[in-house]
Amino acid sequence: MLDKIGIAKRIAQEVQDGTYINLGIGIPTLVANFIPENINVVLQSENGLLGIGPFPEEEQVDADLINAGKQTVTTLPGSSLFSSSESFEMIRGGHVDLTILGAMEVSENGNIANWKIPGKMVKGMGGAMDLVASADNIIVAMQHCSRSGDSKLLKSCSLPITGLNCVKKVVTNMAVLDILPEGGFKLLERAPGVSVDEIKAATAGKLVVEGEIPEMKLD
Amino acid sequence: MINKEVSNADEAIHDIADNSTLMLGGFGLCGIPENCIAALVRKGTTGLTCISNNAGVDDFGIGLMLKTRQVKKMISSYVGENAEFERQLLTGELEVDLIPQGTLAERVRAGGAGIPAFFTPAGYGTEVAEGKEVRAFDGKMHLLESWLRADFALVKAWKGDKSGNLVFKGTARNFNPMMAMAGKITIAEVEELVEVGELDPNQVHTPGIYVQRIFQGEGYEKRIEQRTTRIK
Repeated sequence: MLDKIGIAKRIAQEVQDGTYINLGIGIPTLVANFIPENINVVLQSENGLLGIGPFPEEEQVDADLINAGKQTVTTLPGSSLFSSSESFEMIRGGHVDLTILGAMEVSENGNIANWKIPGKMVKGMGGAMDLVASADNIIVAMQHCSRSGDSKLLKSCSLPITGLNCVKKVVTNMAVLDILPEGGFKLLERAPGVSVDEIKAATAGKLVVEGEIPEMKLD
Repeated sequence: MINKEVSNADEAIHDIADNSTLMLGGFGLCGIPENCIAALVRKGTTGLTCISNNAGVDDFGIGLMLKTRQVKKMISSYVGENAEFERQLLTGELEVDLIPQGTLAERVRAGGAGIPAFFTPAGYGTEVAEGKEVRAFDGKMHLLESWLRADFALVKAWKGDKSGNLVFKGTARNFNPMMAMAGKITIAEVEELVEVGELDPNQVHTPGIYVQRIFQGEGYEKRIEQRTTRIK
């Protein structure tokens, strides 16, 4: 099984040179740490920054420079700053190439739920609905099962939906899976030490297994 | 040039009446109108509808007005940092309208730009779509969303001149420029108020036409929610 760092490392392998990427809060934010040095990408923060730099050193901290998770960040040579409406023009207009975000549930037809647990959590959707409605390529980073052991890869989502038919790929602590256009999770890779049978048992939605499933290569 | 300077926050907000609709700039606690919020708490205006991306934290930002029960309704995209907010919401004391962030930004921009409604794909197939007109464009489904406007917009900029031209810094720009456009009366508080002519016209982010009152704020706390640093 992978830990959060492992999931982030595996997703970093999906990142293509010369692309603009929006990283969600949590595991997706960690992906930035594992993008190879020969891959040049620009990270977008929906609160109005293209070209997110590393966290600041103590004396560089600027309250006027944060990411969408409200963490202090820095700019880089070539960064640009803009308003929230322009930020979502970039997103809605399809100018951001890849969106990586977390989820509570994903369904076999690519629906995602990640903003609300009725009666329990009412924090709001932030920019997630705009991102999933407009991004061409969406990768979800999440645990395969909930803390209580229930599969988060489902036939249909039980929680309120964030967006329909939008997720293309899911990377979990157990597996890498593509969502097939006709529906179903196609198993591509297993996490180190995890068997296909364990993945089958942990996947409530339709799982498609064809041929030998290789183990992920990390590092 | 028209001089829009007022002496302080109390004078700037003196005519905000109970039950007004306000827009407040900021993302989290970054770029919020700290002085105007403090003045509203002093004045005790109640029944407010606040349009703002977030609702502050328990003891800062809009959270200060929630604590004093001055807010009747919040229109926001994300309110996760505020326990008092969640309590008032679950007990039904506070009305809340949650809107996708990009839709919120565009509804405010549309309000300022005189566009009464627009179609966006965000929220199609979700709770957000309930009761809204749906239309396909190029085979993709979109929701009809209407503009947002406010009696007063309270914005915060880094620098401004006495005719209301504004310059923002870093990610403190966020919702401030659109809100400045969408208020019937826009009040700008700035860290540094300069004379007309001292700002380079090439560098102005918000032209003064949108701003009715401006003052230099004081004692900016500029609180950081997630102070995250790295070792040298």
